[in-house]
Amino acid sequence: MRQFLVFVRKEFYHIFRDKRTLLILFGMPVVLIVLFGFAITNEIHKAQIAVLDNARDAFSSRLVSRLTASGYFEVNRYLSSRAEVEPAFREGDIKLVVVIPEKFGHNFHHAKKAPLQLITDSSDPNTATTLTNYANAIVMQYQEEMGGKMELPLTIQTAVRMEYNPSLKGVFLFVPGVMTLILMLVSAMMTSITITREKELGTMEILLVSPLRPLLIIAGKVVPYIGLSFIISLLILAMGAGVFAMPVKGSLVLLLLECILFGLTALSLGILISTITNSQQTAMMISMMGLLLPTILLSGFVFPLESMPVALQVISNIFPAKWFIIILKSIMLKGGGLQQVWLPTLILSGMTLFFLALSIRNFKSRLS
Amino acid sequence: MSKQYAIVTKALTKRFGHFTATDAITFEVEQGEIFGFLGANGAGKTTAMRMLCGLLTPTSGEATIAGYDIYKQTEQVKKRIGYMSQKFSLYEDLTVKENIRFYAGIYGLSNQQIKEKTAELLRKLQMEKEGGQLVSSLPLGWKQKLSFSIAVIHDPSIVFLDEPTGGVDPITRRQFWDLIYEAADRGVTIFVTTHYMDEAEYCNRISIMVDGKIKALDTPRKLKEQFNADSMNDVFLQLARAKS
Repeated sequence: MRQFLVFVRKEFYHIFRDKRTLLILFGMPVVLIVLFGFAITNEIHKAQIAVLDNARDAFSSRLVSRLTASGYFEVNRYLSSRAEVEPAFREGDIKLVVVIPEKFGHNFHHAKKAPLQLITDSSDPNTATTLTNYANAIVMQYQEEMGGKMELPLTIQTAVRMEYNPSLKGVFLFVPGVMTLILMLVSAMMTSITITREKELGTMEILLVSPLRPLLIIAGKVVPYIGLSFIISLLILAMGAGVFAMPVKGSLVLLLLECILFGLTALSLGILISTITNSQQTAMMISMMGLLLPTILLSGFVFPLESMPVALQVISNIFPAKWFIIILKSIMLKGGGLQQVWLPTLILSGMTLFFLALSIRNFKSRLS
Repeated sequence: MSKQYAIVTKALTKRFGHFTATDAITFEVEQGEIFGFLGANGAGKTTAMRMLCGLLTPTSGEATIAGYDIYKQTEQVKKRIGYMSQKFSLYEDLTVKENIRFYAGIYGLSNQQIKEKTAELLRKLQMEKEGGQLVSSLPLGWKQKLSFSIAVIHDPSIVFLDEPTGGVDPITRRQFWDLIYEAADRGVTIFVTTHYMDEAEYCNRISIMVDGKIKALDTPRKLKEQFNADSMNDVFLQLARAKS
């Protein structure tokens, strides 16, 4: 036990004396949270629009003010002819042009029919779709208020309620995502690097010749990172709660236990990587390409899994990140308990054991 | 019988696939002896040493270290050996004292022992002032001497040195050998591999490996007589050329 403590202390010397390590450990979570929370967002906020108002009546101007009052749009300019639409898009600021036909109000009230054209810059299809949806919703609402209930005898009215995230805050998705990413980074990449570093330096041989058991060496190397990843989880949760009012509706204890579980999964991956390679460079490359990229792309963190081809959806199942994000969202947003997250928890536990068993097998075959 | 021998091997063999790195080597090393293990690169000396240290499992053959079987009594073996590898084996981002404390710690020395050993070691190496410095700031020669002193900090009965003086100037090498002699005087068995033939002369006995086999084993003087050579270099060249 004393030997173990001596070992762990040495590990902390390594961590705290290496500025790069410290930066990754503590700078990265803060930067990522801020970046994803504030800068990279898929919410629409004051999108620049242009209005070609051919009607110029009270009805049309009220519509425009309704659009801007929503906060999603801001009228950048008014166009005076159809010919100006194209140049407006070309300049690049304008994402949407609202074309209001002549006698808009008159037609609406008397002919019960008033066409309205929305032209979007679809070079960015996601934004274009979102913008038209928003604009449509506002227009529909406006129409209802104007007493223009559709003349259809029967209407199906859909009442939409955005459950668990009523204000549709993107950050509620990013906090679990960043948490997953950071834990993966700290636990898997850092451990694989720190273990391969000992191999590269030749100190691993000295350790293996010493009376320390190999298992103790590995444990000594990863225990500090378990502690650190736990602290970092707390840091991210605190930032999520403090800066973005990200709730934790479920049990905090369960949430933290799940964080430790995922930390262990990532650690076992890190150990596995270090049994495959002897160089820090390779370990870093494998972690980046094999772990971080799928964590970002295939976990549902940035791109929704549901819209992926079936093949990719199937592949995404083998990445622990996907399951951890499911767990996080369930506990944090839906107040889920163990009975809701037992399956992904079981999957993560199974993966951890599998990776560890594989590492031990690799390790033994290397020795002989 | 095997008690007075530090190392005994019988037909120790290691094969990697079809390649036989060490081919049935048999030799004994007496307690307190400085035993030189020579051979060209790839002759199998590092493989042999790694098997004796427990870093590699032999394919066949037997060996005992300090009377303990290397297959069954690995724990006992590990406590009684020290090892210094080709690669420089201290942590550069730790200070001299932290390195000493770490290595002494993993060999289970008590705090009191560590304190005494550290003071003694620093005094002997005349590095009292550098105790708090990072190892990375020391010159190579110092690092190597420190490395050796740390390899024997737990008073092992045998220490394995794998080309310990690579890349060091002759004066530092001489000082390094003073440390080796001093350890040998205390009864520590030294098992050393080297490229330098002048160093071979410092050993009590040497073995020369060619293609995985031990081709010669005796005192430097007798080997020179046997091969009718002026220096160990000649002996070595004769053996190495004989194969091709």
